[in-house]
Amino acid sequence: MRVSRTIQGLGYAAPTALFVTVFFLLPLLLVGQMSLSDWPLLAGDRGTNAPENYTDVTASTLFWPAVRFTLLYTALVTVVLLGLALLLALLVQESRPGAGFYRTVYFLPGALGLASASLLFWGLYSPTTGPLSRLPQHLGLADDPVSFLGTPTSALLSTVFLVVWKFAGFYMLILLVGLQRIPHEVYEAARMDGASRAQTFRSITLPLLRPSLALSLLLCVTGSLLAFDQFFVLTKGGPDNSTVTVVQLIYREAFQRMDLGTAAALSIVVLGALLLLNALQFRGLRHADES
Amino acid sequence: MLTRALGRTPHHVLAGGLAVVFLFPLLWNAWASVSAQPGTAQESGHGLGNYRTLLEYDAGLWRYLLNSTVVSALTVALTVSVSLLGGYAFARFTFPGKNLLFLLTLAILMVPYATLLIPLYVLLGRLHLQNSLIGLSLVLAMFQLPFATFMMRISFEAVPRELEESALVDGCGTAGALRRVLLPAVRPGLITVGLFAFLAAWNDFIAPLILISDSAKAPLPLAVATLRQQSMGAVDYGATEAGVVVLAVPCLLVFLLLQRHYVRGFMSGALKG
Repeated sequence: MRVSRTIQGLGYAAPTALFVTVFFLLPLLLVGQMSLSDWPLLAGDRGTNAPENYTDVTASTLFWPAVRFTLLYTALVTVVLLGLALLLALLVQESRPGAGFYRTVYFLPGALGLASASLLFWGLYSPTTGPLSRLPQHLGLADDPVSFLGTPTSALLSTVFLVVWKFAGFYMLILLVGLQRIPHEVYEAARMDGASRAQTFRSITLPLLRPSLALSLLLCVTGSLLAFDQFFVLTKGGPDNSTVTVVQLIYREAFQRMDLGTAAALSIVVLGALLLLNALQFRGLRHADES
Repeated sequence: MLTRALGRTPHHVLAGGLAVVFLFPLLWNAWASVSAQPGTAQESGHGLGNYRTLLEYDAGLWRYLLNSTVVSALTVALTVSVSLLGGYAFARFTFPGKNLLFLLTLAILMVPYATLLIPLYVLLGRLHLQNSLIGLSLVLAMFQLPFATFMMRISFEAVPRELEESALVDGCGTAGALRRVLLPAVRPGLITVGLFAFLAAWNDFIAPLILISDSAKAPLPLAVATLRQQSMGAVDYGATEAGVVVLAVPCLLVFLLLQRHYVRGFMSGALKG
């Protein structure tokens, strides 16, 4: 007897269902329970203590500075990264000689891991062996070697530069796909009508590129709000805890303060904020589409 | 000719200047890893001193490379096989709960990495998979599933139904049709999925940081980051630079070889997303 197609379909989907249940749904329920329990790292579950973990989160002196810093970092990275990615995409979109070469070169840092890239820049920014810290001095622009990670502002800007270097090619690819879907005839028509290059860009390229820009924006904002590796490796949250992000705070609560309950509560807060933000972004984009 | 060449100059100056900025850190790091620096194993001249430091550090470079290779291979194998079967199911079958399961798989993308890693740390402990490369691979494969399942679903949907039906008429079961007829047709999609899974698994930092506490089981990124932190005060920049080279070379090679398949991942996302 032949097994029915329904049963076969269930069979093929079973591994996916198993993965989603055990490694996604179960942890999601567990993190909810943990957030309501007294749960030290080593002792394990010691019973309900709600809502203590949640009040602990906002009571932490690092919480609001971390939220503020994460938002500032996100805004900065998003503007610089998407701006540069758009420039790169425009530079390599046409079949000019060398376009393929430039495309590969711009993307190359994207093949590295974020942790590897952070380790690389940690050396590059080093005041002792890095080639950059003495450059302004040699050029006569500064009196002392530049300290790239020494002050809160320079640490933030240095990290933004690293992240832009690592991800610009990635967003360039997304925007390039969008650019290539704009029909040639539209540009032809604009040229016939005597539109300048700036006009063409403003009234044709940008509006027609909106789906790709929206996707880039969503990915970039989400990724930046959850930043961890770059700050953990490059600045270690310093100087003076000035570059601690929200996800770093989760790590600190769990594995340095050894309080999984509070870490879980903070994880739930981050999840809630992210879902809310994504819902708002979707609504905003749909609203913009209708107008 | 001359005016046209001049007209192109600003473009090449800008594009070329940017190319230098993008290449410089990679080239500098490779060069610095074999150059003389005070406080490293390479005090004078050029040579592989820093790589020797890496070979002898703690459990040794070969051990960390092996850990990373095992995790990457397992993650790729799990991601490719689960998403192959799942993609087939979602594209060609109807069964109760199909849409719900597909949405739940995509929902993994909506949940922050860290939100899941805290409970996974506890959960893997209960499954006796804490501190295990298998446990780590299972988690990394789960994070790959949204993209992989989506990619494989559209790959199967792009194959003409007649191809599969003729195989079924010839007496193949669905498993036979999948193996003989569909597998070759969706191979490009599988390569893309495997490539993304490899790059993610090889490079991941936060998952092993949380899930692996035994330093002999650390994958390479974690090992290089701790190598740098352990030498208190005197920091070994040279060994770190050598570590970055060892981390980067496989990724750069794989990317350059399979660039076409990588770009397809973006095309599919942009078309359907």
